[in-house]
Amino acid sequence: MSARRKIAVLHIGLLVLLFALQFVLPAYHHGNLARIMVLASYAVGYNILFGYTGLLSLGHALFFAAGMYGMALTVNHLGWTPAPALIAGLVAGLVVSAALGVLALRTAGVAFMIVTLMFAQAGYLTILYFGEWTRGDEGFVIQQAQRMLWGIDLSDPGNRYFAALTLFAVSLMVCLVLVRHPFGRTLVAIRENEERVRMLGYDTFAHKLGAVVISGTISAAAGAFYGLLFGYAGASFASVQYSIFPLLWVLLGGAGTVLGPFIGTLFMFYLIDLSSGVTTAYMLIAGVVLVLLTLFAPQGLVGELRRRVWRWLP
Amino acid sequence: MTLLSTRGLSKSFAGLQAVRNVDFDLTKGEVRALIGPNGAGKTTLVGMICGRISPSAGTVHFDGRDITALPAHRRIGLGMAYTFQITSVFAGLDVAENVALAARRRLSGDAVAPAVEAALMRVGLADRAEQEAGDLSYGHQRLLEIAMGLVQEPRLLILDEPTQGLAEAEIAAFKTLIRELAGATTILLIEHNMSVVMETADRVSVLNFGELLAEGTPDEIRADADVQAAYLGTG
Repeated sequence: MSARRKIAVLHIGLLVLLFALQFVLPAYHHGNLARIMVLASYAVGYNILFGYTGLLSLGHALFFAAGMYGMALTVNHLGWTPAPALIAGLVAGLVVSAALGVLALRTAGVAFMIVTLMFAQAGYLTILYFGEWTRGDEGFVIQQAQRMLWGIDLSDPGNRYFAALTLFAVSLMVCLVLVRHPFGRTLVAIRENEERVRMLGYDTFAHKLGAVVISGTISAAAGAFYGLLFGYAGASFASVQYSIFPLLWVLLGGAGTVLGPFIGTLFMFYLIDLSSGVTTAYMLIAGVVLVLLTLFAPQGLVGELRRRVWRWLP
Repeated sequence: MTLLSTRGLSKSFAGLQAVRNVDFDLTKGEVRALIGPNGAGKTTLVGMICGRISPSAGTVHFDGRDITALPAHRRIGLGMAYTFQITSVFAGLDVAENVALAARRRLSGDAVAPAVEAALMRVGLADRAEQEAGDLSYGHQRLLEIAMGLVQEPRLLILDEPTQGLAEAEIAAFKTLIRELAGATTILLIEHNMSVVMETADRVSVLNFGELLAEGTPDEIRADADVQAAYLGTG
C-alpha cells in the first residue's frame, strides 16, 4: 500500500470510527467525546502554527474567544440564527488573527510568545470591560431556542455529537490538505530554517501571516462551535489557561502530526477525568503522567509512533 | 552587457569598515571569482548584493534596475540564487524535498519532480534523494546546496565557498559543472581553492580590507604584485 493510501485509510478510518462510536457509547462518554472533538479542532488549529510553522503562541485563547463571542454576541444581542452567527465567529477570528499576526510577527522567539500572551490578556480584559454585553466572568447562556440550526436542535446530544464530528472532520481535512500542499511544506521549511527559505525567494512574513490566519480561524471555529453546542459563552475561555491547553494537548499528542492534537486532547481529557475519580489531588496524578510522557516520549504520542513505527505519518 | 553593478557600496559594523566603497561590475554570462584573505569582506559584499545585509552606503543595480531597497526574497525572485557558506540545508527534510523547495518557487505541480531529479543528477546525488539531508556527509550537503541553487535556473548564481570541505574528486566534478554552466548562467564564486579559481573563472576580483584591490583575468591576477603581497604569498 502506498503511503498516500495508508494516510487516507488511517484518517478516514478514524472519522468512521468516531461516527460509529456514537451508537455504542454510554451517554456520559458520548457527551465527553463531543466536547473532545471540538477541543481537538482547537488543537488542530493551534498545531498548524506551533507544530508545522514552529511559532509558539501563548495567545490562542484570543482566537478561540473571538470565535465564541463573534457567534454568541450576534445570537444574543442581534438575534441572529446559528448559521450566520457561526460565520460571524469565523470572520471575527479571521480579522483578529490577521491583525495580531501583522503586529506579533514583527517579533520572533520568546518575544513572539510574550507579545501573543499580552494581546490575549488585553482581549480577556476587553471582554471584562464590556461586561454589560459580555456579562464578563459570569458569562451568559445561549438558550435552546437560539440553538436551532436549520431546524436541527443542537442542544440534543445526538445532533451535538454530529455537529462536533463535522467540525473535527473539516479541521482534520484542512490540516491534512495543508501539510501536503506546497504552502504547508514551505511552512515546515520555515520551521526548519527560516533564513534559508527567505534566501530561496519566499516571502516568509507572508507565509507566517498565512499560518497565523489559518490557525486562528480554525481556533475561532472551534470557539464558535463550543459556545453553540454547549450553550454558554464566558470570559474564562479567553483566559491564559485556554491558551496553555492547546499547547499541552499538542505537545502530548505530537507537535507537527495531523492526528497528534486529537490524541493529545483525548488523552489529557480522560487523564483528568479518571484521576479526579480516584483522588481530589487529581492534578498531581496528571502532572506526574505528563512529566513521564515528556521524559520518555518527548515527541508526543503520535510523534513517537511516527519515529518508531509508522514513518509515513503526516 | 552588465548584469550586476554596485556603486560606492560600503558597510560598517559598529565602526569596523567591512566593505569600503566598492564599484563592482558583472558581465552577463561570465564566471567571476571573488577572492581575498579571511576577513576581507567577501561574504559581506555578496550579502549586500543578494539582500541579506543592508548597505551603509552605495547602490546595487541588477539588470539595469536599482535593487538597493528590495528585500532579499524579491531579489531572489528577480533571478538571483545564493548558496550559503555555512551549510544551511533543511536537515530534517529529505534531499528531494530540499531541492523541491527551491524549485517550487518557479515551478508547480508535475514539473517539480523532473527538475529536482535533473538537479540532483547534475551534482551526483540522485541516488540519495530519499535520504534525510541531515544524514548526508558534509561534502554531500555542500553538493545539495549547489543543487538547490541550480534548480532555480538563476540568472546570477552566487556560490559562497562551494568547494570548502569537498574531496578532490568532488572538486574536479565541481569544476566540470561550472564549465558546463558557464555562458548560460552568470556565476559569482567566492573561493579559496586557487585551482578552482584559475581553472573556472573568466575574471577574478580581489578584495582586501574591504576594498577592491585588483581585477583581471586569472593570469593577470597571478602576476599582480599587490595581490601576491596581500594574498597569494611571495614564495
